[in-house]
Amino acid sequence: MKEILELLESDAMLTPGRIAAMLGRDEEEVAGIIKEMENNKTIMGYFTLVNWDKLGSEKVNALIEVKISPQRDVGFDAVAERIYRFPEVRSVMLMSGAYDLAVMIEGDTMKEVAHFVSFKLASMEYVLSTATHFVLKTYKQHGTILNDGEEDRRQVIVP
Amino acid sequence: MTLKTNWADMVNPTVRDIPPSGIRRFFDLVTEVKGVISLGVGEPDFVTPWHIREACLYSLEKGYTMYTSNHGMLELREEIARDIHNTYKVNYNPRNEILITTGVSEGLDLAMRTLLCRGDEVLIPEPSYVSYAPCATLAGGKPVYLKTSVENGFQLTADLVEKAITPRTKVLLLSYPNNPTGATIDRKHLLEIAEIAVARNLIVVSDEIYDKLTYVGEHTCVSSLPGMRERTILLNGFSKAYAMTGWRAGYAAGNSDFISAMTKIHQYTMLCAPITAQIAALEALRNGRSEMRKMIAQFNRRRRLVMDALREIGLPCFEPRGAFYAFPEISSAGLTSDEFAKQLLKEEKVLVVPGNAFGEQGEGFVRCAYAASEADLNEAFRRIGSFIKRRLGRRKVLTFTIGKPEQIPEQTREGLVVGSSQ
Repeated sequence: MKEILELLESDAMLTPGRIAAMLGRDEEEVAGIIKEMENNKTIMGYFTLVNWDKLGSEKVNALIEVKISPQRDVGFDAVAERIYRFPEVRSVMLMSGAYDLAVMIEGDTMKEVAHFVSFKLASMEYVLSTATHFVLKTYKQHGTILNDGEEDRRQVIVP
Repeated sequence: MTLKTNWADMVNPTVRDIPPSGIRRFFDLVTEVKGVISLGVGEPDFVTPWHIREACLYSLEKGYTMYTSNHGMLELREEIARDIHNTYKVNYNPRNEILITTGVSEGLDLAMRTLLCRGDEVLIPEPSYVSYAPCATLAGGKPVYLKTSVENGFQLTADLVEKAITPRTKVLLLSYPNNPTGATIDRKHLLEIAEIAVARNLIVVSDEIYDKLTYVGEHTCVSSLPGMRERTILLNGFSKAYAMTGWRAGYAAGNSDFISAMTKIHQYTMLCAPITAQIAALEALRNGRSEMRKMIAQFNRRRRLVMDALREIGLPCFEPRGAFYAFPEISSAGLTSDEFAKQLLKEEKVLVVPGNAFGEQGEGFVRCAYAASEADLNEAFRRIGSFIKRRLGRRKVLTFTIGKPEQIPEQTREGLVVGSSQ
């Protein structure tokens, strides 16, 4: 099961037949396992990693450090939930260290992100402070080096 | 008036008489064709893992640019001794039983030159890597080929060894997992061969560069067998398992007197392996296991894909159990290995290496390296499929258990069979 997930994580376009061939298993068996993992939400979705810079996209991303005061019984979860329900929020992680939540925001303009932080995030109940860091350049995402220059430099034939 | 030098006459006849590489002419051919997918590359398609490259960069920043001891860095030899012990439970003293070489290639050359007197015979399984026979010849020895066959999974047998022994036989060369066939050798076969080596006082030179790339069963290190540590020169390196081909880092392990004699040649010809490569090799051994396992798992997945593709195409191929080569039989296409490779290159722009480049016994086969991306393998075998279809006009897909052609019904033998992959 883990092997199937690792393969799909590296290439979501792999068909059950191909995965079965790679792992020396039966195609129907692999298809069944994938279906089951989709049903029980182990597989949450299939996405495409896009290098938007290639299209000259002006999208703005920011990492917001958020300090919050935890609430009785639910700790940080209730506030985190209120935050991650905004569609502008790409990811939310609870962190150890100097701040509590790392929130990744995506917007069309810097102004849009700034507006979201000041009017939605910073003003939220239990949020103590925010620190906004705009992303200047993305080098690597989801384990993939964007603009990777490591081409095949081997000789075409080697004994 | 100056006399014109005829350089052809100046070449040592031993060198002159070594036949040109069967691969070289394909190199020339392929440079004329655009859009070729090459399955002819005998090295990993992975770049050396970053932590290894980074360790080397750091060492350069720190000024590690000098010679090392002729034997190689002691730290590296200690790490190699530990690795051999942990993997095969064989002990080598890092101080005098291990020599760091510039890849297995140098180790092989040193071993041959240190061992052979003119006319000594070297038993070499065939098909085999292209360097063995020339190295034996250049050292004054005489290569004697042991013809392994697909019927026996290209494994060497004690019987083949026994029959080839003459009063001049001095060395038995072993090379498993094997390039070009992908064959491994069973422990049982090795034990039988070892018995003969002991009884007939043969020195075994064992090239185990692909040992970690064993996908079915476990690799048996020759020197781990009873009585073999004393008579084995173990050659290994970092090229294949750690994707470090261009670094040129390898080692020889064996009897201290012999290693000392090899070192004599090494110190006068190579002096030492490059320090950058030695530092990289040290990092590979200390921290490279997890990356290595990932690469090997990927090779294994590709191996299965290739076997699956060959089965679909209908080309018979015994199951490769190690290295990163498949060695399908192509005689059903009605072409020689050479013709097959040339036609395939011309018509479908896929490069494979004709089996006869690895000795006569490779005729009727081609070597397909699956050290290529899955997308390239996919496309390459789609093209090979079209090529075969055209050659045959019709297609039959049959199945049988690999390595036992005697069990195939006669009417299905005509060329179109493939075994199971695991």
